[in-house]
Amino acid sequence: MSVTPDLVDDPKRAVRAARWAEFKVFTRRFMRNPLGVLGLVIVVLLLLCAAFAPLLATHDPYLPSLADRLAPPSATYWLGADELGRDIYSRIVYGSQLTLLIVALVIVTSAPIGLIIGAVSGTVGGWVDVIFMRITDVFLAIPKLLLALAFVAALGPGITNAALAITLTAWPPYARLARAEALVVRNSDYVNAVRLAGASEFRIIVFHVIPMCLSSVIVRMTFDMAGIILTAAGLGFIGLGAQPPLPEWGAMISTGRKFIFDQWWVATVPGIAIFTVSLGFNLLGDAMRDLLDPHLRQRK
Amino acid sequence: MLSIQHLNVEFSGKLAVRDTGFSVQPGESFGLVGESGSGKSTILRTVMGLNANWNGSITVDGVDVRKAPRKQLAKVVQMVFQDPYSSLHPRYVIGQQIAEPMKINGIANPERRTAELLELIGLGARFQFRFPHELSGGQRQRVAIARALALSPKLLLLDEPTSALDVSIQAEILNLLNRLRKELGLTFVIVSHDLAVISYMCERLMVMRNAQPVETLTREQLRSGAIAEDYTKALIAAA
Repeated sequence: MSVTPDLVDDPKRAVRAARWAEFKVFTRRFMRNPLGVLGLVIVVLLLLCAAFAPLLATHDPYLPSLADRLAPPSATYWLGADELGRDIYSRIVYGSQLTLLIVALVIVTSAPIGLIIGAVSGTVGGWVDVIFMRITDVFLAIPKLLLALAFVAALGPGITNAALAITLTAWPPYARLARAEALVVRNSDYVNAVRLAGASEFRIIVFHVIPMCLSSVIVRMTFDMAGIILTAAGLGFIGLGAQPPLPEWGAMISTGRKFIFDQWWVATVPGIAIFTVSLGFNLLGDAMRDLLDPHLRQRK
Repeated sequence: MLSIQHLNVEFSGKLAVRDTGFSVQPGESFGLVGESGSGKSTILRTVMGLNANWNGSITVDGVDVRKAPRKQLAKVVQMVFQDPYSSLHPRYVIGQQIAEPMKINGIANPERRTAELLELIGLGARFQFRFPHELSGGQRQRVAIARALALSPKLLLLDEPTSALDVSIQAEILNLLNRLRKELGLTFVIVSHDLAVISYMCERLMVMRNAQPVETLTREQLRSGAIAEDYTKALIAAA
C-alpha cells in the first residue's frame, strides 16, 4: 500500500483506504477456500431468492387449486403441488423470505446482547462477572428447543414470537465467547496502555475490547445461522412457528409428513431447502473461522 | 521525580517485591537490573497502578500515586512495555493509537501532534495509516514510545524496551531513547536483565534479587568494579 502526501492532509480518507486494503487482503484469502466460496454462493442465492421472490415465483404461493392437489413435479408445477394444490416451488421461494427474516431477527438481537454482556463481564470482572455468568449458566442449562418451546407456548405462536424465543436461547454462547476473549484482552499491554492514558472502562470496553471479540462472534454467528434455521423449522414443524398459510419450510415439511410415502415431494423439497441453506451457512462459517479465529491465526 | 519507600507488592499470597525503595532525580536515568522474577517489572507496573495489592509509598513528581486521579498521573508518567508485538492494538492504524491518549485527555489537535511525534521518533507522518502488523518489531517499539510521549510526560518507565528486538535494532532504539531524553528533558527508569544496556543508558542502577534490592551503584562504580556484593559480581561475570 502506498500513501501519497495528500492522504496525510485527509486522515479520514486515508484511514478508510488502509481499512479497504485490509479488506482486500481478507477477500483474497477467502477466495482461496473453495468450500467457503460455495457456502457464500448458497447464502447469496438465498438472499437473491428472498429479494426477488415475486419475480422468481411461477404461482401465487397462497392460492389453492384443488384440481391439482398433490400434483407430481411437472412443467406447470416444477416441484409438484401440495395438499391444497399450491405450487411448492413458489412456496419455497417465498419461504426463503421467512427463513431470512427469522435468522436476521435472531442474529440482530442475540449477538449484540451476548457480546455486550460478555465484554462487560470479562473486562469489569468481580461481582458483575459473577452475576452475569450465573444468569448465562441458567440459560445454558436448559435445552434450547425446550426453552424456545416454553416461550412460544407462553407468548403464542407466530414468527416474531418464534424469533424472540430463539433469541432468548441463542445469546448465552455469545456472552461466554465474548467473555473469554475479554479476559485475555483486558490485561493485554495494548489495553493497559490506554488505561494508563486515563481511558474510562466504558471507552476500553467499547473501543478496545469489543473490536477484539468481534471476529469470534462473527464466526459463531455464521455457524449459529444454520442452527437458527433448524430451530425455526423445528418450531414450524410442531406448529408453534409460522402459522398457515405462511410458506414456512418447517411447516411445509409438517404438512407433507402425511403423504410422505405416496407423494414424497411435498415433504422432501422443503427438507432439501433447509438442508442446503444450513449447509451453506456452515461452510461459510467454517471458512470465516479459518480466516478470523484468533486462536487459529498466527501472530503476524 | 520518583520516590519509592518500603514498597511491598503481593501476588496471591507471595511477595513479589519486599521492602524496596529508591528515588530518582529529575533528568536522571535510573536502571533496575536482576534476573527474571526478581520483581523489577512489578515495581514499574505498580507505579503505573496496574497492581492493586501493594503497600508503602510511591510519589511521582511530588504527587502520591494512590491519591492522584489517573488522568493527572497520565500527564506526568507513562510506560513503554516490553513486547512491541503485544503492546499495539491489532485493529487500529498506528496514528489512531498515538492520538488516542490525546483524545482521552482532550488535548487540542491530536492529528497534527501525532504527525509530529512520528517525525520525532524517526518514522515519518506517512506511517500513521499503517496497521501494526505492517511494521517491524523496531518500528513498533518506536510507535509505542511515541504513544507514551503523546501526553508529554516528564517521567518514562521503560520495561525491557529492547529485549524483544534484534541486537542491531536494540542499539537504534537505545540511541533514540537517549536522544529523546536530551531533547525533551525526560527522566527514565529502565528495567533490564542486560547489564550492558543499563550501563549504557543509566547513571545509577539498583540490582535486585528475590524481590529485594541487593545494592545501588553508580555507572562509574559498575565500570571500575567497585562492587560490594558477591551477587552483583556474579551477575557481571555472567554478562
